[in-house]
Amino acid sequence: MRVIEVRGLRKSFRVGAEPLPVLAGVDLAAGRGEFVSLIGPSGCGKSTLFNVLVGLEPLDAGEVRLNGEAAPGKRELFAYMPQQDLLFPWRRVIDNITLGLEVQGMSRRRARERVRPLLPTFGLEGFEHAYPFELSGGMRQRAALLRTVVQERPVLLLDEPFGALDSLTRTTMQRWLEQLWERFRWTALLITHDVREAIFLSDRVYVLSPRPAHVRAWLEVPIPRPRALAVMATPPFLEIERQVRALLDQGAVGPRENDRDADEWEPVSAGDGPGEDARHG
Amino acid sequence: MPVATFALCALAIWEAYARTSGIAPQVLPAPSRVLREGWAFRELIGTHAVPTLQASFLGFTLSMVVATVLAVVMDFSRRVRAALYPALVASQTIPIIALAPLMVIWFGFGLGPKVAVVALVTFFPITVGWVDGFKSTEAGAVQLLRSMGAGSWQVFCKVRLPSALPSFFSGLRIAIVYAVVGAIFAEYVGARYGLGIFMQLQKNSFRTDLVLAAMFVTATISIVLFLSTYLVERLVIPWHFAARRLTDR
Ligand SMILES: Nc1ncnc2c1ncn2[C@@H]1O[C@H](COP(=O)(O)OP(=O)(O)OP(=O)(O)O)[C@@H](O)[C@H]1O
Ligand SMILES: [Mg+2]
Repeated sequence: MRVIEVRGLRKSFRVGAEPLPVLAGVDLAAGRGEFVSLIGPSGCGKSTLFNVLVGLEPLDAGEVRLNGEAAPGKRELFAYMPQQDLLFPWRRVIDNITLGLEVQGMSRRRARERVRPLLPTFGLEGFEHAYPFELSGGMRQRAALLRTVVQERPVLLLDEPFGALDSLTRTTMQRWLEQLWERFRWTALLITHDVREAIFLSDRVYVLSPRPAHVRAWLEVPIPRPRALAVMATPPFLEIERQVRALLDQGAVGPRENDRDADEWEPVSAGDGPGEDARHG
Repeated sequence: MPVATFALCALAIWEAYARTSGIAPQVLPAPSRVLREGWAFRELIGTHAVPTLQASFLGFTLSMVVATVLAVVMDFSRRVRAALYPALVASQTIPIIALAPLMVIWFGFGLGPKVAVVALVTFFPITVGWVDGFKSTEAGAVQLLRSMGAGSWQVFCKVRLPSALPSFFSGLRIAIVYAVVGAIFAEYVGARYGLGIFMQLQKNSFRTDLVLAAMFVTATISIVLFLSTYLVERLVIPWHFAARRLTDR
C-alpha cells in the first residue's frame, strides 16, 4: 500500500517578472515503512518539493495522495526535518526535541517524559539540558532528527540531514540511521547529494533532473538488510551506484539553462559514471 | 581598571586647577568641595531624589508596557505597522524642550507630566528594539514551526518573541538611561520636588557645588540602572549570554 503518492507536481517561483519553473511535474511514491531517497543536483528544487508537500508553498499543479486520499499540503501528515538543523538557541536540547509535541498541545512535562527514553538511542543522553551551541554537529543533527520523529507523523521528510557534516561523522551517522530505521521502520523521504548515502539507506532511489526538477528515473535497491558499511563495496551496490551516477551525469553536462530535453535518458547503457561528486552541475 | 584611573586623573587635574587658579567656587568648585557639600546636604538631595526615581520608574514602566503592546500589535498586523510606525517616528521629532513646559501648564506640577515626559523619551528605543528583534527572526525557524502545524500565535510565542529578546534588551538599555535624564529635564522646567528642580534652585543661588553633587547622584543612578539591565538580561535570556561568551573571544 502506498502511503504517499505525488503526481505531476508543478511549481514556479516568480523572480522579478520572470517565472522560474522549479518543479516540472514530479511523480513519486513511497510504501508503508519504505525508505526512499531523492537525489539530484544542487538547486534543482528538492527543498522546494518538501516545502510544497508540507504546505509551506502553494503548488501550481499536481496532487499529493496519502493512503490513497487526496491531501494537498496537509501538515499533520509529514514530519519535516529542514536542511539547517534550526535548533532554537533559547531552548535546551530536550525542549528543542519536544517542540513539535508542544505545538500539538502536549504539556512540556509530558512531552519531556515521552522523549526521554529515546535520548540514549539518539546519543543525546546527558546532554538534554545543554544548549544547542554546546553540541557537536553530529549531535545537533541527531537532536533535529529526534525532534522530527517524535511527532509521529505518517511520513518523515528529511532534507539533507547529514549534508553539513564532515565525511567521517557522516558515515557514522549513515550507519546509525540505517540501524535506527531497521528498528522503527518509518516511511521516509530523504533528500541527499550523496549517491552512496542514498543507496545505502534506501529501498528506492529517485534521480531528479536539474532545475526544473522532474524524476529522471528511479531504481530499486534490492540489497538485504541489515546493511553493514561493507555493502558499499559489493557488486550489486556498485552497479546501482554506477547507474545512479550515469543518470545524474546527464544533467551535469552543459549549462543548466538549456537542459529540458532530459527525456531521452538511457539508464544502464550509459558509460561508467566518472564524476566522483555529482553535486556540482 | 582603566576607567577608574582615567576618572581619578581627571579629578586630580580639576582639583588642582580649582585650588591654584583662584577661580571662584561659584563658577567651578573643586571636586573635594562638591563631595563635602553634597555629603552635608545628603538628606535634602535624598528627598529630592525620591520623586525623580518615582517619575523615572513609573514613566519607564508605562513606556515599556505601551511599547511592547504596540510592537506586538505591529508584528501581527502589517496594516497597523504601516499606519503606526511613521507616527511613532514623528512623535520623536517633538522637541521635548518645548513640550515639557507645556506639560506643566496643562497638567501642573505633579508627578503626571514627569511620567509622561519619561514615557515619551523612552518608548521609542524600546519599540524599535522589539520591532527590529521580531524582524531578525529566522524565516526557516518560522517555517519549521508551521510545518509542525503551529498557528500565528504559537509562531509568535515560540519563535518570534524569543528571537526578539536580545534586541529588546539593547533598546531597553538605551531607554533606561533616557528615563532618568527625561525625569530630571521634566522637573527642571517646573516641579515642587525632584533632582531637576533642586539643580535649578541651587543654580539660581549660585551653589554650583550642589548642582554638581546632584549631577553626580543622577549619573550614579543612571549607571546603576544601566548595569542592572545586564543582570536582568542574564536572568531572562541566559542562553544568549552563554552563547555570546563563546563568540566574544
Ligand atoms: N521562495 C523562493 N523564491 C524564489 N525562488 C526560490 C525560492 N525558493 C527556492 N527558489 C529557487 O528555486 C530553486 C530550487 O531551490 P531549492 O532550495 O529547492 O533547491 P535544492 O534542490 O534544495 O538545492 P540544494 O541541494 O542546494 O539544497 C533555486 O534556484 C532557488 O533559487
Ligand atoms: Mg535544498
